[in-house]
Amino acid sequence: MKQLIAFVRKEIYHIIRDKKTLLVLFGLPVIQILLFGFALSNEVKNTKLFILDMSKDTYSQQLTEKLHASKYFEVEGEIFRIEDAYDLLRAGKAHMVVVIPAQFVYQLNHNHSSTIQLITDGANPNMSSTIQMYATAVVNDFRNDVFGKFELPYTIEVRSRMLYNPQLKGAYTFVPGVIAMILMIICTLMTSVSIVREKELGNMEMLLVSPMNPLIVIFSKTIPYLVLSLIIVTVILTMSVTILDVPIRGNIILLYVVCLIFIVASLALGLVISTITDSQQVAMMISLMGLMLPTLMFGGFMFPIENMPIPLQVVSNVVPAKWFYYSINSIMIKGLGLKSVFKEVLILIGYCLVFLTISYKKFKIRLA
Amino acid sequence: MSSNYSIVANQLTKIFGEFKAVDEISFHVEKGEIFGFLGANGAGKTTAMRMLTGLIKPTSGKATVAGFDIFTESEQIKRNIGYMSQKFSLYQDLKVWENIEFYGGLYGMNKMEINTATAELLEKLELTKEINVLVGDLPLGWKQKLAFSISIIHKPNIVFLDEPTGGVDPVTRRQFWNLIYEAAERGITIFVTTHYMDEAEYCQRVAIMVDGKIEAMDEPARLKRDFKTNSMDDVFYRLARQAKRSDP
Amino acid sequence: MTTFIFILKKEFRQIFRDPAILRLIFIMPMLQLIVLPFAADYEIKNIKIGIIDHDHSDYSRTLVSKIENSTYFRLTGYTHTFKEGLQWIEDEKADLVIEIPHRFEATLIRESKADVLLAINAVNGTKGNLGAAYTLGIIQQFNQNIRVEWFQMPEFNPEPMIDVTYTSLYNPHRNYQLFMVPGILAVLLTMVGGFLSALNIVKEKEIGTIEQLNVSPIKKYQFIMGKIVPFWLLGFVILTVGLVISFIVHGIVPGSNIYVLYVFSALYLFAILGFGLLLSNFTNTQQQAMMVAFFFMLIFILLSGLYTPIESMPPWAQVVAAFNPVSYMVEVMRMVLLKGATIKDIWPHIRIIFVFGVVLNFFAIYSYNKTN
Repeated sequence: MKQLIAFVRKEIYHIIRDKKTLLVLFGLPVIQILLFGFALSNEVKNTKLFILDMSKDTYSQQLTEKLHASKYFEVEGEIFRIEDAYDLLRAGKAHMVVVIPAQFVYQLNHNHSSTIQLITDGANPNMSSTIQMYATAVVNDFRNDVFGKFELPYTIEVRSRMLYNPQLKGAYTFVPGVIAMILMIICTLMTSVSIVREKELGNMEMLLVSPMNPLIVIFSKTIPYLVLSLIIVTVILTMSVTILDVPIRGNIILLYVVCLIFIVASLALGLVISTITDSQQVAMMISLMGLMLPTLMFGGFMFPIENMPIPLQVVSNVVPAKWFYYSINSIMIKGLGLKSVFKEVLILIGYCLVFLTISYKKFKIRLA
Repeated sequence: MSSNYSIVANQLTKIFGEFKAVDEISFHVEKGEIFGFLGANGAGKTTAMRMLTGLIKPTSGKATVAGFDIFTESEQIKRNIGYMSQKFSLYQDLKVWENIEFYGGLYGMNKMEINTATAELLEKLELTKEINVLVGDLPLGWKQKLAFSISIIHKPNIVFLDEPTGGVDPVTRRQFWNLIYEAAERGITIFVTTHYMDEAEYCQRVAIMVDGKIEAMDEPARLKRDFKTNSMDDVFYRLARQAKRSDP
Repeated sequence: MTTFIFILKKEFRQIFRDPAILRLIFIMPMLQLIVLPFAADYEIKNIKIGIIDHDHSDYSRTLVSKIENSTYFRLTGYTHTFKEGLQWIEDEKADLVIEIPHRFEATLIRESKADVLLAINAVNGTKGNLGAAYTLGIIQQFNQNIRVEWFQMPEFNPEPMIDVTYTSLYNPHRNYQLFMVPGILAVLLTMVGGFLSALNIVKEKEIGTIEQLNVSPIKKYQFIMGKIVPFWLLGFVILTVGLVISFIVHGIVPGSNIYVLYVFSALYLFAILGFGLLLSNFTNTQQQAMMVAFFFMLIFILLSGLYTPIESMPPWAQVVAAFNPVSYMVEVMRMVLLKGATIKDIWPHIRIIFVFGVVLNFFAIYSYNKTN
């Protein structure tokens, strides 16, 4: 036992002395939370608008003013030829060009109809749909302003209620994603690299030659990272609750238990990787490319799984982070209990056992 | 500063924070001499050498190497010296000839000169058949002899060797020193650090460093006489008994 | 100059002998470009809708069937109470519910006006907006049909109407992959360029060959450029491989002005490699280098406009994004591949990235100390 403590202490020194890495390990989740919480969103605003006003009469100016006033748009300027519209859109200087036809006032007052053309940068389909919608709403508003609200007979009026207060500032759902990613980095990447580095430097041999049970040696490498992981998870949760007002509606103990299970599974995965290779670079590559990238892609926190083609959805089921993500989400945001996440937790425990068994077997072979 | 001396150091000092690694050492090395810097690990030998080769800046003191000032003319120094580091630095993933070509080119040799030098070097070391072998695949002794030969391929005035014979068997060590003698005979000054006291016998003069200071400097024979012992080992033990710093 | 050639030779030999690097260079692009665009689909589809029909009239049933048959929606089910509909939304079984009130048809005929209620889960704002828009569209269409049934519009409509027409450029099929692929390619170039160069110098530090170089007469700029040039060339290889894959798998056809992309990429790679080397000067182990590089890469990528638009960011974040070289690459990549941009169009970007390149490499050379 004393030997274990000695080894763990040595590992802790290693970790603490590497200030730069430590900074990254704490900095990453903190910055991500700040970014996701305050900077990244799909909210439509400052859409760059140019107006091609072929009328320049009272109505067209009124419409232009309305567009100016809208919080969604930023009217950058005017153009005078239609070719300019395409140039601007292509150069990314405009997202949309509003074309007001000639004789706008005359058309509306005498012909009782007119057409506004919206030329949009359609590269991002969602965005373009949305800004088209908003622009159309402004046009309709203008119309109603000038001519009064128009009541057609037999009108179905639709009343919409947007639920949960559309903050549009990135859902709470990224917090579990941040947790999952940093845990993978610490537990899988750093653990495997740490073990492999000892192999590369030749220290591993020395440790194995010592009277210590080699499994204790390996075990001692994982404990500090486990502790570090829990600390960072706490930091993340604290930040989310205090700065972002993310709720922890469910049982916090259950939350930590689920985190712990995921941590153990990731650590075991790190151990498995360390048995596969003797080179630090390869260990890093496998951890990053082979594990973290799929975790980010298929974990469900960046891209909606239900949108993926079926084969990819199947792949996502293999990624442990997906089950972790669902459990954390349910517990934190929805406040559900063990009963609801039972299946997911069981799967995570299954992963733990599988990885632990594989790494145990592999280590035994190497040391025999 | 006299230009008959290859290396001159005057009160050279290096302090890291609170720690005086090298404490006002002064010495000179003659041209073509084999000069040894002995001492336990941590005595300051490597730090001293790194100051002379321009890898670290001294805290105070003066020194010239090959007539150039180490503070102001370090780039000229580098053109005139060779170096073999403790960590042994040939590229393991390059072939023997590729390493030679690279370092030759680095020191300004042209293709023809490199080819000639390569052929000579390989013949001398009896490595002609291994010309296409990755350096990483060579046995340790060959690697080190190769590293030494490459370090003088550009025919420098001085070559600095930092613990060049670590981990190598006695036979290979003898062969290695033969190479060093040959180089010295050709006029190259050899500055070598080591903690193998028996290697001191191979040097013309040695300086023994203890706790950052030079505690003794002379020909090995005279040192043995002065300390009334038969081996340099004993000379060292006498000096080192008072050492406060030693290898952890 | 000849020294430089020797340095280059050594670097190239080392790169090609390293299996990890080669694997990275070819497998990474394939993986990312082939799989990621399919996974990264933000298109709003399969919106789950729940229906609460209190009326059960002809009209209500027609409306309901129109919604069901729409390709935008997937029916969650029918229920009798609004409460249950809300529960569906809470459980994420439905994204929105529509409630048709009691006596809907009767009210509409008798009083010429009737209401319908939509409750929408707006946690995902885009989804909420579009879900509302689609539903509205269907209801309006249905409404118009009813009007025509009952009401003959006079020849001359006394009420002025404004028709809005839409012209959407560059992505006629509204294909989200088309939008994501250029961004992913930009990120790919960035990751490979940034990581590889960051690890490179550190590796020499770790194994000790760097000392040998520091003692030699090699000049700092020779050393740094020697590190940059091979990876710079490799960057082009990756770009080309990436473009080929994009063409084969996603059908993105580069126009005749593809050279514009290469010109910009040349400068961009120069900048990113310089950045990687700069990082490498300040780290001592490969693990550290990788962590620090990853840290910066992640922030750069998040703030590049790949994932969320820069216009949607708060002003302070937009300033940061302006200092982020990746955001320029993402934009240029999209501009050239999707919009057919010309050299003139990206001239401002070229100017900026050129400055980045000069500054970053200058600092990389400056901060490299042969003597410590």
